[in-house]
Amino acid sequence: MTHGIRIEHLSKRYGSGDTAVDALKNVNMAVAPGEVVGLIGPSGSGKSTLLKCLGAVIKPTTGKMILGDEVIFDNDWKIKDLRALRRDKIGFVFQAPYLIPFLDVTDNIALLPMLAGVPNKEARARAHELLNALDVAPRARAMPAQLSGGEQQRVAIARGLINRPPVILADEPTAPLDSTRALAVIRILNDMAQRYQTAIIVVTHDEKIIPTFKRIYHIRDGVTFEEAGEGRAIT
Amino acid sequence: MISLAGRDILHSWGKFVFTGFGLGLLIGVTLTMAGVYRGMIDDAQVLLDNSGADLWIVQQDTQGPYAESSSIYDDIWRRVASYPGVAEAASVTYFTMQVRLGTRDVRALVTGIVTGEFGAPGWPRFLIAGRQITRDHYEAIADIASGLQLGDVIQIRRNHYTVVGLTRRMVSSGGDPMIFIPLKDAQEAQFLKDNDAIIEQRRRTEASPVYNRPSVPGLLDAVIRTQSTNPTVNAVLIRMKPGFDSSLIAEQISRWNRLQVFDRAGMEAILTGKLIATSAKQIGMFLVILAIVSAAIVAFIIYTLTLGKIREIAVLKLIGTRNSTIAGMILQQAIGLGLIGFAVGKISATFWAPIFPKYILLTPMDALYGLIAVMLICALASILAIRAALRVDPAEAIGG
Ligand SMILES: Nc1ncnc2c1ncn2[C@@H]1O[C@H](COP(=O)(O)OP(=O)(O)OP(=O)(O)O)[C@@H](O)[C@H]1O
Ligand SMILES: [Mg+2]
Repeated sequence: MTHGIRIEHLSKRYGSGDTAVDALKNVNMAVAPGEVVGLIGPSGSGKSTLLKCLGAVIKPTTGKMILGDEVIFDNDWKIKDLRALRRDKIGFVFQAPYLIPFLDVTDNIALLPMLAGVPNKEARARAHELLNALDVAPRARAMPAQLSGGEQQRVAIARGLINRPPVILADEPTAPLDSTRALAVIRILNDMAQRYQTAIIVVTHDEKIIPTFKRIYHIRDGVTFEEAGEGRAIT
Repeated sequence: MISLAGRDILHSWGKFVFTGFGLGLLIGVTLTMAGVYRGMIDDAQVLLDNSGADLWIVQQDTQGPYAESSSIYDDIWRRVASYPGVAEAASVTYFTMQVRLGTRDVRALVTGIVTGEFGAPGWPRFLIAGRQITRDHYEAIADIASGLQLGDVIQIRRNHYTVVGLTRRMVSSGGDPMIFIPLKDAQEAQFLKDNDAIIEQRRRTEASPVYNRPSVPGLLDAVIRTQSTNPTVNAVLIRMKPGFDSSLIAEQISRWNRLQVFDRAGMEAILTGKLIATSAKQIGMFLVILAIVSAAIVAFIIYTLTLGKIREIAVLKLIGTRNSTIAGMILQQAIGLGLIGFAVGKISATFWAPIFPKYILLTPMDALYGLIAVMLICALASILAIRAALRVDPAEAIGG
């Protein structure tokens, strides 16, 4: 089976000597393309650290990370341009949407392909396609400040998806939303995973959405355990 | 690709326009300062141009008549007029004083010019109203900067003069308007004593047995006459015939007559190099301080604007924006701010320059230098903000 993401024996130590913190000790995960898995754990267990390692913004200490069929980390980075990796292979969705306040909805999304050199027109066309899929097309020309929280989050998801990354990392994407909207976001993520064969990891504390995952990874003190989820259908 | 900087400026245009406006006024002041300097140089050149002279003859070992006082006899012009190559020679006097008009007075450079010889060196060359001086006494031509009008009667010492003509841009190197009066009047005015002093001097002369000798009739009268006339002027201006080497003539005149002779270049060097040297340094200091203040303002504004966007910058980095793109965005914003400021500054300087009492010359070249300096200052000022932005860790976007 080809994996969207595979992580083997990943560890991360912050600092050194007496003040060293082993945030990740032994992390093993595999997420298939088209699959949405939950990552759950108490505060300080290492969730954010894991996302940062996967997102190539901090360097793990040891272990192996594979994206698609590319080994990106094997005790050291195996690719040079981490920025390009983030831009082309990984989509990010944060707890807060962090949209660029001076760009309208369309350009907030189209910015990523533009950064990769896609012509403006084509990038905007792709953005519109996603806005349609996420039901925010009517707000395409609005500025972020003019959107509701739920709309902002959907725009942020569209931004995470625009480059069709094989992997999406979502850090508490539903935290600011009420349960209807939170479930709507999860449904969108599931739809998108199916449609674009994306592997999605959702870090969450959110009781409302936990039952929707088919598979859940628990992390405690930097060690992961896999568990079957309820996989409840979202109505 | 879209212009991130441009979009940000459009989005928060109010902030940019207001800051740009403030910066612009500062730039306007800077351009005006440069204009004051250029104006002083130009005033000096106009002063020399309008005198219509090719050579200036002044007292030996002085740098007169503008930068130092110079006193030579008023018959020297006759001697030098006969030199080959000399077309015209004329005496002039210059003295700065308060000229009275009714109850108020204006500061002016009163210039004594020879009468009777139309267009002699020293004469104002162009009038904007009225006519040249035609009588030997009690007529004046004034620069409009003095605020005088045709027909005004002004008082210089004890005599009254009627303004018969007006000139423009005829000012001293200090910016005081020039007022032309007949040479004889000017000589008298320059050395004129008040009535009491004249009576006192006459009494002393009469009391002196050296001068008051009944055995030599007429001696006392002659002495008193020499005491109360003034046979000196400040300079002689010479206009050359075309085709003669002025430096050769200058050499001859100074050698044979024990006088100092300056040609146009020498006079210009004194006026622009020595007379206004202190003022020029003063203006230079202002320019330096204004440049530093402008840089500090741009740096502060761009830095604050950038700190306000640090989260977005972290996100931009996380999603793969290159450092050069982010640095470019900040640099462009600084430059944009500079451009707004420059536009406001140029417009306001042009607008307020004519209101200034002294001539302000805004040259396109200075504007260009100003623009380049503003761009450099803005680029320099954005370094701080760029460093802050590049230090932002993309991991911050993910949070704890
Ligand atoms: N930059 C850092 N330097 C040192 N230690 C760190 C750093 N970042 C995180 N840690 C430590 O690593 C451990 C894991 O932190 P992490 O942020 O991954 O937890 P988390 O699971 O995201 O917690 P939360 O749910 O509260 O966000 C914690 O003990 C934390 O103190
Ligand atoms: Mg966390």
